[in-house]
Amino acid sequence: MIPLWMYLVVAAGLFVIGMFGVLSRRNAIAILMGIELMLNAVNVNLVAFWRYQTPTKLSGQAFAAFVFAVAAAEAAVGLALIIGIYRRKRSVIADDVNLLKW
Amino acid sequence: MILNEWVFVGLFFLLGPVLLVVPIALSKWLAPKRPTPIKQDAYECGAEPVGLAWKQFRAEYYIFALVFLVFDVELVFMFPWALAYNKLGLFALFEMVIFVLLLVVALVYTWRKGALEWS
Amino acid sequence: MFTVPSLSDLNLAATLPATLLALGASVLLVLDLFVPKGRKALTAWLALAVLGVSLIVALLSLGDVVDLGTGEGAFFGLYIADSFTDAVSVIVLVTAMLGVAVAYNYLERTGMQRGEYYVLLLFSALGAMLMGAAGDLVTVFVALELLSIPLYILSGFRWRDEGSEESALKYFILGAFASGFLVYGIALIYGATGTTAFGGIWAATRDLLAADAATKYVLLLGAGMVLAGLGFKVAAVPFHMWTPDVYQGAPTSVVAYMSVAAKVGGFAALVRVLAWGLPDFVLSGQSAAAWQSTVWLIAALTMILGNVVAVAQNNLKRLLAYSSIAHAGYILIAVAAMGTAGVANEAARAVVIYLMAYAFTNVGAFAVIVAVERDDGGHTDIDNVRGLAKEQPVLAASMAVFMLSLAGVPLTAGFVGKWFVFKAGLAADLVPVTVIGVLTSAISAYYYLRVIWFMYFEEGEGKAQIAWPLAWGISVAAIGTLILGFFPYLLSDMARGIALAFGG
Repeated sequence: MIPLWMYLVVAAGLFVIGMFGVLSRRNAIAILMGIELMLNAVNVNLVAFWRYQTPTKLSGQAFAAFVFAVAAAEAAVGLALIIGIYRRKRSVIADDVNLLKW
Repeated sequence: MILNEWVFVGLFFLLGPVLLVVPIALSKWLAPKRPTPIKQDAYECGAEPVGLAWKQFRAEYYIFALVFLVFDVELVFMFPWALAYNKLGLFALFEMVIFVLLLVVALVYTWRKGALEWS
Repeated sequence: MFTVPSLSDLNLAATLPATLLALGASVLLVLDLFVPKGRKALTAWLALAVLGVSLIVALLSLGDVVDLGTGEGAFFGLYIADSFTDAVSVIVLVTAMLGVAVAYNYLERTGMQRGEYYVLLLFSALGAMLMGAAGDLVTVFVALELLSIPLYILSGFRWRDEGSEESALKYFILGAFASGFLVYGIALIYGATGTTAFGGIWAATRDLLAADAATKYVLLLGAGMVLAGLGFKVAAVPFHMWTPDVYQGAPTSVVAYMSVAAKVGGFAALVRVLAWGLPDFVLSGQSAAAWQSTVWLIAALTMILGNVVAVAQNNLKRLLAYSSIAHAGYILIAVAAMGTAGVANEAARAVVIYLMAYAFTNVGAFAVIVAVERDDGGHTDIDNVRGLAKEQPVLAASMAVFMLSLAGVPLTAGFVGKWFVFKAGLAADLVPVTVIGVLTSAISAYYYLRVIWFMYFEEGEGKAQIAWPLAWGISVAAIGTLILGFFPYLLSDMARGIALAFGG
């Protein structure tokens, strides 16, 4: 069987890629995609831990379902905000809303 | 053990492109080519295409997409419930009724706000 | 073997304050659809009624002392009903009621009046309450999102206004980023301990340390990431960057509510995670929990940065934003103190006391800004309160009370809060950070007193618009601040029953 650490490495990689996306991309949609990637990395972690550590208890799987649902709710709110800004500014570039001024 | 599992993956990678390339090559080779302007046009379900495909979509699409996005993932909670339904009995039914009621509240809200109308 | 649960296993009665609020918010969402546009006062009143009922229920159960070992858990331990839960609920509900009172007129005159405002406020209050009631990391995560997502929307409530939209987007992106960290940390904790329930984590930590497995570093990393995620919520340095911009851009009535609610939720969850899940997470060669040194370092940085930068601010909303960062630092002293064995319960009480005092004071201070602010969202600079005392003596006096309380002057609620927090810090032998707390409090007096100076001793055209609900809100907040300052035992009585840590 594939050892647990491989899954963890994949998850950590996904998480870092998502983090890099959030920090480096200027397009708000791309930032949102980065955030989704981070949450999906968490899901990989959760399911892998569940399978290898506690296959008899469902908490890891159930948690992954919650992460799904919350990610969708977050994405919906984020997209709505971005659309609102787009309608006014005709731009989804985060710099145009001075987002990264710190 | 681990090798056997990977053999299938390897086969998949080998066979996938073959299955993709062969039909395309066959049709290229066998089919007659007599292009006309109408045939070259983009296909829009038989209607005559208007404008370019690269155009902005109306905002209504986004509203539908958002509503879909939110409601669609709730199925994550329903599948496990449906699979174990026979063993869970009245308790799970009650729980799911509450869950669906909450979704109904959201649905009523979107409906009354007119997000389901195409205006 | 899996046993089919029955309805009574849920222990619904124990969750009554939260359940009522959830039910009320859902019903209000639908009811509001049938309230005609000009009559949103009805929605506001209904929201107040829902909060009031829930508050009464929470107050009624405040007195009972519940022992955790046999304590009332509901939903199979996901929801814990003990004194800490009740105290947090009371704080959140009071904040939310003040938030509704502050908001109504402001929304009316700025043209933002929509029923959703109150519904979102109720939902986010529910999230903050659930964070205090969390017995499991799943609850922490879902409650955090329930608290945050409505707040993102509320920050952007001044629709089509650049500043408000910007602050909403910024809050959203950074908030989602932080919750990504939080949930990754939770996954690591789950991986290291094999459970997400605090009781289980606590037990697993001991085994882990006894076995001296390398897994403890996974746990350490997980705890660190959870700390970062929650640190963002409570605006602790270095996760504070969003605070001034969001506070400045968002509608002031929203800030009045969220500056307190988000903090209460974040700290409640921190207390649960650190004092209950990980109190015995002591690495070899150390005398206190592994996270203690990190937390007190964050506390020191937060207090120093918040107070020093606040001195330079001229916009009142920004000034209070940095002041709220500084206050997160003071509370973090008590959080750090929880890492010393034997002090945990006292420190948790200090956190609750501080938050209660802070709730009245900070909502009140922002409510005064709401009154001073113009309909277009401008006019929130410190210059705009010049001479306010002549024009609006009562309002200026209330603001003075809030400022003194934030500065921690005796006979105000803020002093009581600081007293207990510093006491907890000393009890845990965290002398340096406590000294930093006292010194930075002295710095903070400068900019708080400056506001009072501008109101009373400068000439100017300080004007304000006050209508009844807002006046009630400010009065209740001011009276609350003073009463809690004069009768500190009210606060310590409220917190008396809190006994949450296994290690405590």
